[in-house]
Formats: sequence, C-alpha cells, structure tokens
Amino acid sequence: MTDESSLWMSGNEAIAMGAYEAGVKVASGYPGTPSTEIMENLSKYEGVYTEWAPNEKVGLEVAIGASFAGVRALATMKHVGVNVAADPLFTVSYTGVRGGLVIITADDPEMHSSQNEQDNRNYAYAAKLPMLEPSDPAEAKEMLKEAFELSERLDTPVLFRITTRIAHVKGIVTKGEMLSSKVECGIEKSPAKFVMLPALARNRRKVVEERMIELVKIAESGEYNRIEDGDRKRGFITAGVAYLYVKEAFPDAAVLKLGMCWPLPENEIKAFAATVDELIIVEELDPFLEHHIKAMGVECHGKDCIPNQGELNTSIVRTSIDPDSAPELFAPAELPMRPPNMCAGCPHRGVFYNLSKMKDVFVSGDIGCYTLGFLPPLSAMDSCVCMGASVTIAHGMAKALGDAGKGKLISVIGDSTFMHTGINGLINSVYNDSTSVLVILDNRITAMTGQQNNPASGCNIKGEAANAINIEKLCKAVGVKHVEVVDPHDIKACKTALKKALELDEYAVVISRAPCVLLPEIKNAEHNPYLTTTENCQGCGTCVKLGCPAISWTPMTKDEAVAKGYKEKQKGYAVINEVQCNGCGQCFALCKFDAINRKGE
Amino acid sequence: MSTTGNILFSGVGGQGILLASEITAYALLSAGYDAKKSEVHGMAQRGGSVTAQLRYGKKVYSPLIEPGKADILVSFELMETARYLPYLHKESRVLVNSQQIKPPAVANGQIAYPVNALDSITDQGIDVVVVDAFDIAQEAGEVKAANVVMVGAMSTFLPMAVSVYEEIINTRVPERFREVNLKAFAAGRKITD
Ligand SMILES: Cc1ncc(C[n+]2csc(CCOP(=O)(O)OP(=O)(O)O)c2C)c(N)n1
Ligand code: SF4
Ligand code: SF4
Repeated sequence: MTDESSLWMSGNEAIAMGAYEAGVKVASGYPGTPSTEIMENLSKYEGVYTEWAPNEKVGLEVAIGASFAGVRALATMKHVGVNVAADPLFTVSYTGVRGGLVIITADDPEMHSSQNEQDNRNYAYAAKLPMLEPSDPAEAKEMLKEAFELSERLDTPVLFRITTRIAHVKGIVTKGEMLSSKVECGIEKSPAKFVMLPALARNRRKVVEERMIELVKIAESGEYNRIEDGDRKRGFITAGVAYLYVKEAFPDAAVLKLGMCWPLPENEIKAFAATVDELIIVEELDPFLEHHIKAMGVECHGKDCIPNQGELNTSIVRTSIDPDSAPELFAPAELPMRPPNMCAGCPHRGVFYNLSKMKDVFVSGDIGCYTLGFLPPLSAMDSCVCMGASVTIAHGMAKALGDAGKGKLISVIGDSTFMHTGINGLINSVYNDSTSVLVILDNRITAMTGQQNNPASGCNIKGEAANAINIEKLCKAVGVKHVEVVDPHDIKACKTALKKALELDEYAVVISRAPCVLLPEIKNAEHNPYLTTTENCQGCGTCVKLGCPAISWTPMTKDEAVAKGYKEKQKGYAVINEVQCNGCGQCFALCKFDAINRKGE
Repeated sequence: MSTTGNILFSGVGGQGILLASEITAYALLSAGYDAKKSEVHGMAQRGGSVTAQLRYGKKVYSPLIEPGKADILVSFELMETARYLPYLHKESRVLVNSQQIKPPAVANGQIAYPVNALDSITDQGIDVVVVDAFDIAQEAGEVKAANVVMVGAMSTFLPMAVSVYEEIINTRVPERFREVNLKAFAAGRKITD
C-alpha cells in the first residue's frame, strides 16, 4: 500500500466514505451491529447532516423526506431494522425518489450479534426494488456511489446489502472522485408521485413494473454483474462474500459474479449455464438466487450441498462441494465457555441481582447489554423477542393471566430500546390498563452497540448538546401515576422500589438510573475501587452471585481453611480484582461481614 | 510471495487485540502485501472470547482463515490459545501471553482454571512460546501495552524491519502512549529475537 490515495479501512468506514463521495447530504439511522460504524464515521465528514433516529422507521422516513427535497439521502440499519422500516420501504418503492435514496441493510449471518438470521435479499423481491451487494470494503465504497447514480437514473430507492464480513472486515480502499446529485434541492410538489392514495398508487404500481423491466436490462448489461472466465466443467453463480470463498476454494473455475442480486439477468444466467457442465449456486443463508434461477428453468446445484444456515467460508464451500477434500484437523480442546458478561460496575447488575431473587416473577426482557442478565449466575430473564417487546409481552401475559399474574410480571427495557419502540407499548399498557411493572434501565446511552447517544442522552450523534427527552416526565404525561427513579447500585433501595411497584394495583414504572461504565464521565473519573478484607470473609458467596467480573472465588480445602485461620467448614473466600473494579459499591452493599470496603477506608 | 499468510489473534474482549492486529496489518501493508482483516464487534466484546483474523499475500480474497491454516497464533490469554487448536497445523507458530483471565464459571468457583490448557497444543508437536507480556508491559510503564509486547514478540516471525513497526507506532498511536509502546515493542521483540 504505497500510494497516498490507498487507505486501510473497514467496510463500514469505506461505505461512509462512499456516501460522502457520492454527495450524500442527509443520513439517518439507528445503531445495530454490524451497521453502526457507517453513521458514526459519516458524522465526521463535513457537509453531511447525520443523525441517530430513535428507530429505523423514523430513520428511513427522514431519508425519504430528504430525497423528496432533492438531495441524496442514506438510511442505515441492521437486518432486523428493515422489519421496523418495512412500512415506508414498501411504499417508497411506489413513490420513487427525487434525490438518490439508498437504504443499507447490514445482515448478520451466524447471528454474531443478532436475534435472528433473516436474509434481507427477500425484501428486494418483495418490495420490488433493486439490490446491490458488494463483496469487500473496496467494492462496497464504489458500489454505494453507483447505487446513488442508479437511484436517480431510474427513480428508485436502492437497497444495499452488506453482511458482517464486509462491515467489520478491513481491506485496502482507494479514495475516489466526488459526485453530486443531478437533482436540484428545493420544494417540488408532485402529488401524483408522492401522495399514495389508492387511485394514485395504482398508477405508480404500473410505474414500478415498468421500472423493473428497465432494471432487468441494466442487470443484463453487465454493469454490475460479470463473468470471470475459467474452467467450464464447473461454473459458479455467486454474490456478496460468498464470491470470495468461491474464488479461494475453486480458483480456476468460471464464475458469474452478481453485484446486483435483484433483479436477476435471466438471459445472462441462461447463457452462462449453457456453457458449463455443472452449475453451482453459492450463497449464504436462503436459496434466494437458487430459487429464482430454478424458476427460469435452469438446472443447478445449491442448497443441496451448501448449508442454508450460518456463515460460509472457503473451507465450507470447498468441502460441501468436494467432501473428499476435507482436511484432517486437530480436535478442539475441551475448555470452559467464555460468554460475554456485563462490565464490572454495570448499573444493570443491581436490578438483575434483585430480579434473580424474585423466583416467581416472569421477567419479560428486551435487547441491549442487559440481555446478559439472562446468563448465570443472575439468570433473570424469561423472554426476549425483539426491540420493544418486553413491554407488550408483559401486558399480553397480564391480560391472559388475570389475577394469577398480579405482582408477577416485570418488563425490563433499556433507555434506547424504550425510545425505539418501547414507548408505543407503554402507551398501550396505560390505555388498556395493564397490571405489569415496567423497569426502564436508563444508563444514559445505547451501550450494546458501542455507546451511541439516543433521544434521552442529551447529546446528538456528534456528541454536541441536544434536547433530552425526560423519561419520567414522558411516562407521567402518558398517564402513569407511579413513576419512581432509583439508583441501581443501591441494591436495597432498588429492591424496595421493585417490591412496591409490584404490589400496586395499577401500571407502574421504575426507572433505574446510573451511567454505563464505558461512558467517558465514568472511565475518566478517579479510579476508586473496593477491596476485600479477606480475613473477614465468611465465605457466604453472596457477592459472587452478582456475577461481577471483578469478583472471583478462591476455593479452599478444610486444611487450607484452617491454615489460613478460617473456620474449617468455610469452602472459600471472595477476592476483588482492584484493577477491574469500577467502584460501583453493589457488592459492598451486600456484604454483611465487613469484608468489602472502599480502598483506603 | 505467492501463498497467503494467516495470523490469528485471540483473547478476551477488551485486551487490545484490535490495536495489535492493526499495527501488524499496517506493517504488512507497508511491505507491499495485500491484506484483509476480520474483526469482532458488538456483544462478544463484553468480556467474551474474541479473535481478529489477519490474512496477507499477493492478493487476498477471503477475510477468514480456514481451519488448519493459521500460520501464526498470537493469544493474549492463556486458555484462549487452546480454543483455536483446530485452526493450527503442524508448522504453526504459537505465541501466548501467560496472563490468565477467569471465565465466569471459574470466577464463580464452579470449575478450576485449565492451567494445563497449552498441553493440548504442545502434545501435537507444535512449538509454543510463552510471554509474560503483562509483567513486561508493567516494567515498560503501562500494563495496557501488553498487546504491543505481543506484537514485538511476533515481529521476528515476519519479514518486516523493526523500523517499520516503530514508524507505525509513531504515526498511529496517540502521542502520550508512544513512548511506552515503543518500549513495550522492543521488550517483546527481545524474547523471540
Ligand atoms: C430493530 C433492531 N434495531 C437495532 C437492534 C440492535 N440493538 C439491539 S439492542 C440495542 C440498543 C441497546 O440500548 P439500550 O436499550 O439503551 O440498552 P443498553 O445496551 O444501553 O443496556 C440496539 C441498537 C436490534 N436488535 N433490533
Ligand atoms: S457497556 Fe455499559 S451497559 Fe453495557 S455491560 Fe458495560 S457498563 Fe453495562
Ligand atoms: S464494587 Fe464490587 S460489584 Fe462493583 S465493580 Fe467493584 S467488585 Fe464489582
């Protein structure tokens, strides 16, 4: 990498640069792995307005508005975010655009950080939109720029699909030329295009089909799809990262690489198929290409050999096709698992410790760092479906159970998730008189995806001061009478607040408020840890049940216990790792034997 | 170089694997290689097992190392080394930071830390170099520089000169950490030199 214009970048950094070079003026998104860093990086470029939206539907609609005003606009989200944004998506397909509009869906095969593994290529088919799919960071940047050109050329929103192994892969990327929109920014009224009443929508419906015919012509033109010549005994059709694995597993084979995975170039596919002895479709997740190619009457292999779950890689592709090529590998060593855990001093732990003691309560959970409260030793989450669902599932259970559910239903939701779609559930719970309790875990930030600001944080995407939604006032305004704010590090106060809320005969909200320890205000604060006075430890194990990574248990045999001056029956003692401890005081609050104290006290 | 080299970094979220793999990647790039690197972001970074996979060569397609093809494994935590045994081959070179970070089941006292975890690798005839990176970094003035100690120790396995790494540390690491990192790199390199 010798020349100046070459940069070492992740896919998401490259996409941000591509958006900048494409002349994007407005970008809105909601964080979600693996999409988050696109907006984070784009917010650093001059001349682009960027924002975190409270959810993906809002984000997409903001981008649609910007496009209607005649500028290039981008919406970013993770794959499940498209479910939330699907309503505007399907209709903006009808309206078309003014300024170029691109929607990035970041899919997560293997579910590295997701609750499902949906294949969003299906959205392109369902919403009748073109979808581009790059294979690596360099291609992602170039292709994104082309996506904006295509959007304006054909008056269509363009879906742009990446996966984890593009978003979070680094590669060499080259700086490119700056483009700009061909459209003029300004108010332009075109009701026939923008007002989707039935009569007008029926007209646009026709336009969508005409556009699809044009898109197929572009697909056939070779602008996005290319044939890499090679051995024709076996030919491959592939797209996205799967292309990379095919190139490594079968370097000599002929390949039709699809950069546009919808619509498909039927003629080109048929022509390619006719020149190879055996055609194999290699794609991650669903048999999307395979089904559509088979529907063309083309014979091919696909999911009969390639797995339809999880990520692919070179060796999976090679051995699925040539099982005899499987290499002999060293057997895996047997090791304890190392799942992720909430940080030392995480405020969520104080709430989940209390919930872990309420064995007959059903904890309707949600998505965020606090989902880790599901893991032992806390094991205090009983369901987790999608963002916002904690509130609504608890309400549904309350209605189903009637009196049997009274005092036994708690939903827990993070501040960002509450802003995302929790609010709607809250309104429903108040309106329809729920008897469950809602705990809002307000750590001031969207932590799980890497500390992004949200509408309750008081800062915007750039970290500048912004209006902050006051969560307790919001709850009260909606009609919740009992709203109590507690400090989760104060374990006892937290317990009292939860018990009180459960005993009420009405919908109640408890707001657990303390900042995430990865926020600068905590990280840069003076390190003020707690320490164990091990000779005072009676081995009760209470602090260990918090599951704080800074606390560990040292087991002892009877002899060791006696030698160390403990009672013979004491099985071990707890030790705090001073470097790791963030001084939250939760374990201090629990210790009855004066074995835990602030350093120097 | 016609074949592709594969370096696997392993450890626990928060140990500075990203910076270590970045320095190594920049060094390979300045030597004229193509490269790709896969990182782990999101949930797993909260103290879970993490890896970074770095591949380099004339032209690199896949960002993922195939099982059995890691030429170098640099592990930042003792037992995490053994987790990637299926990625190794007979000639793999393995560098291990001797630091032990207890996984939850060990911290809770349910099970003991697998102190002999490296045996599963040496039993296969693979050479393992253990580095007390934590202590060395502490001596250099900053325990957080243990990751750069490991980069230094690994640098003798790769063809780039010391000056290449120094240049990268001087340009890519925030100024207040440069000195410590240069020291940490040199101390690490001494171990395998
Ligand atoms: C529809 C959708 N969008 C985005 C995500 C990714 N995601 C999961 S949880 C979360 C927010 C977590 O923030 P918060 O609720 O404040 O909890 P914290 O992590 O701070 O504890 C995000 C962005 C998702 N799972 N689903
Ligand atoms: S990042 Fe913040 S919210 Fe997430 S586990 Fe750590 S302290 Fe808790
Ligand atoms: S005070 Fe106790 S619970 Fe809090 S971080 Fe330190 S060791 Fe963990």
